[in-house]
Amino acid sequence: MTEVTQPALTIDALGKKCPIPIIMLAEQINYVPLNAVVAVLADDPAAYTDVPAWCRLKSHRHVGSYELPEGGWAIHVRRNY
Amino acid sequence: MSLVAYFDAASSEPLHPRAREALLAAVDVGWADPARLYGQARRAHLLLEQARTEVAEALGARPDEVSFTSSGTQAVHLGVLGTLHGRRRAGRHLVTGAVEHSSVLHAGQVHEREGGTVETVGVDLLGRVDLGRFAAAVARPGVALACLQSANHEVGTAQPVAAAAAACAEHGVPLLVDAAQTAGRMPVPPGWSVLTASAHKWGGPAGVGVLVVRKGTRFRSYLPEDERERRRVPGFENVPAIVAAAAALRASLAEAAAEQARLSALVDRIRETVPKIVPDVEVIGDPVDRAPHIVTFSCLYVDGEALLTELDKAGFAVSSGSSCTASTLRPSHVLEAMGVLTHGNVRVSLPRGAAAEEVDRFLAVLPDLVRRIRQDAGVA
Ligand SMILES: Cc1ncc(COP(=O)(O)O)c(C=O)c1O
Repeated sequence: MTEVTQPALTIDALGKKCPIPIIMLAEQINYVPLNAVVAVLADDPAAYTDVPAWCRLKSHRHVGSYELPEGGWAIHVRRNY
Repeated sequence: MSLVAYFDAASSEPLHPRAREALLAAVDVGWADPARLYGQARRAHLLLEQARTEVAEALGARPDEVSFTSSGTQAVHLGVLGTLHGRRRAGRHLVTGAVEHSSVLHAGQVHEREGGTVETVGVDLLGRVDLGRFAAAVARPGVALACLQSANHEVGTAQPVAAAAAACAEHGVPLLVDAAQTAGRMPVPPGWSVLTASAHKWGGPAGVGVLVVRKGTRFRSYLPEDERERRRVPGFENVPAIVAAAAALRASLAEAAAEQARLSALVDRIRETVPKIVPDVEVIGDPVDRAPHIVTFSCLYVDGEALLTELDKAGFAVSSGSSCTASTLRPSHVLEAMGVLTHGNVRVSLPRGAAAEEVDRFLAVLPDLVRRIRQDAGVA
C-alpha cells in the first residue's frame, strides 16, 4: 500500500448500486489532469468488476483495488487521455 | 409472428410440437409403474426403455448408461456427487471451470462441507477456461472428478471439452460434461465419462434431466439408494414426460443442422449490428466458437433491470446476468470471472423458429430504449 499514488480525486460511491459508480467515474475523470489517479470508493460487489472493465473499454488504466476497513474498496483509475 | 418475441431459449425452449403429441399420447398409456409385471406396467416399461434407447443414441451412449432425473440441475448434482462418492479412494479433489452452471458450484460446496477440496480454473475475457491450467490441475494426484460445460449458458462460449477430456484421460480422471446448452443443437463433444443435459432446453417438457454414466466409471449414488434408474436416481420416473423428451430430442436433432445454422446467422446479425447502433456497448463471449443460439451484450451506464423492463414492454422476453435483475444481489459469477461489465447486461437466446423479422424488430427498438434509460440516469 505504501507505493500507491495519492489520488487527485476521490469519488464516494459507497452505498450506490451499479451502474451509478461507473456513471460518476465517467463524469468526473476529466476533472483530474492526465496521468492523475481517481479513487472510486464503492461497496456494490458489481463495482469491483465493473470499474476495471470500464477502464478496459475506455482505455484508462485500472491501477488497483484496495479493500476498505469498513467494507468495499477504493478502486484506483489512472486517466490516460 | 406472435406479439411477444420469446428470446430466452437458454432458460427454456418452448415445447416442440412432436413432444406435445408424444406427451399427450403417453399420458394415456404410460402412467403405470414400469417396474411391475402386468400389461399396463409392461407398456410403461416399454415406453421408458424405448425413450432411453432413443436418448442414448442421440447422445452417443449405450441405453444402460442413461438415467433420467427430474431436471438438469439434479442430473448435475447426482453426477458430481455420485462420481466423487464412487471415487473416494482415488481422491477427494474436484476440478471445475469458473463459469460452470450454479448446479456444479453448489454440488462442489456440498463436497467441500464434507471435507473434500475444490479447485476452480479461471477463464479468459471470452469466458473460455484456461486449458493449460485445467490440464495441470487434473494432472495432480488425488483428483476424483473434473467438470466442464459444453458451452456457457450466459455468453454462449464453447469450452475446449475434447482437449480437456484428453488431459483427463491421460491421468485417469473422469470428466463430467454439462451439455445442457448444446444437447439437441450440436453433437456432444467426445471424451466424457459423465454427461448431463436437460430436456426443457431442447424442446422437451420441464422436469426431465439426463444423467449418463459411461460404463467403467466408478459411481455410487449420493442419495439413499433406490432400485430405479440403475440405482443412480431415486424415485418413480415420469414416463410420459420422458417419452416426450426423447421425441423432442430426436426432432430437434433432425432439424438441427439447418435450424441451428439459421439461428447462428441471426446471432451473427445481432453481434455485428448492436455495436454499430448502440454506443458504449460490448458484445461478449466468443463470436465464432460458441453455442448457436446465444448472444450477450452489456450496455455501459445502463441498469440491466430497467432495460429488461423496457424490452418486456416492447414485446421481447430476454434475460440478464446483471445483479439487480437476478434474485441475488451479487452479479453473475460468469461475468465476474470473465472480467466483463456486469451491469446493463442482456442475453438474447433464440428458440427454434425465431423469425428474422423479430430479430430485426429487436434491433430497431433497442437503440432508443438504451438512449432513454441513459438519459433518465443523467448520462450525457
Ligand atoms: C449449463 C446448464 N447446466 C445446467 C442447467 C440446469 O438445468 P435445469 O434447468 O433443467 O435444472 C442449466 C439451466 O439453466 C444450464 O444452462
